[in-house]
Amino acid sequence: MADQATFSEQAMPLMDSLYGAAMRMTRNKADAEDLVQETYLKAYRGFGGFEQGTNLKAWLYRILTNTYINIYRKKQRRPDETDLAEVEDLYLYRRLGGLEAATAGRSAEEELLDLFAESEVKEAMESLPDNFRIAVLLADVEGFAYKEIAEILDIPIGTVMSRLHRGRKALQKELYEFAVARGLTTADVGS
Amino acid sequence: MAAEQHDCTETLHELYHFLDGECTDAKRSQIREHLEGCPPCFEAFDFEAEIKAYISSNCREKATDDLRARIADAIGHEPSS
Repeated sequence: MADQATFSEQAMPLMDSLYGAAMRMTRNKADAEDLVQETYLKAYRGFGGFEQGTNLKAWLYRILTNTYINIYRKKQRRPDETDLAEVEDLYLYRRLGGLEAATAGRSAEEELLDLFAESEVKEAMESLPDNFRIAVLLADVEGFAYKEIAEILDIPIGTVMSRLHRGRKALQKELYEFAVARGLTTADVGS
Repeated sequence: MAAEQHDCTETLHELYHFLDGECTDAKRSQIREHLEGCPPCFEAFDFEAEIKAYISSNCREKATDDLRARIADAIGHEPSS
């Protein structure tokens, strides 16, 4: 049933993307590799049940997230979602949006490059509690639609939107703290 | 003035739905129209779009050849059904 050649041809090219998500989930290379391998094996075994023509990437991500939640998350003691502090809307923009005036002629992209190193973006992402991190990963890194995320995580669309909303703001706050720590901007305590 | 402020609040409220491509076409053009005439909202949208793109491009990884080989090998050892 599970045609090995078809599976390999369709699923293998998605490995970088799945591995990236696995790294952000498990936060280390060994666990991420095991998680991806487990995902591919489960996917291969269940490939007969995959409906050709539907979204294979979303199907694989569903297996990946379920596997992560069932196996790896139990090993970790991470703060629950109730521990995620409320952060105001447009958190970074309100603090860094005015920077353009000081660096005229440079693109916003260049300014961000100065503010945050790649490793800091990854670290900020990894600091989010699981539920929020996975929602933000699926939306912002993988570009899934709300409906697809709802299906991957088996939660209502309203829950997807609220996790994204809170998760993105918390991520911005983490990023801002990196910028402050590196002295690239001053903390505006009290504003 | 009051109408304009209401527009800004409404528009900013839709910011991420817009960036995520989750707005209806009608809503999309309504927001675009507002952004064309409202530099402060445009700035905020532009900034958030950059952050979103920046996060996306900085969270990627490459699976090693080792892992690819390991997985191909594991699948190869699965009984063919």
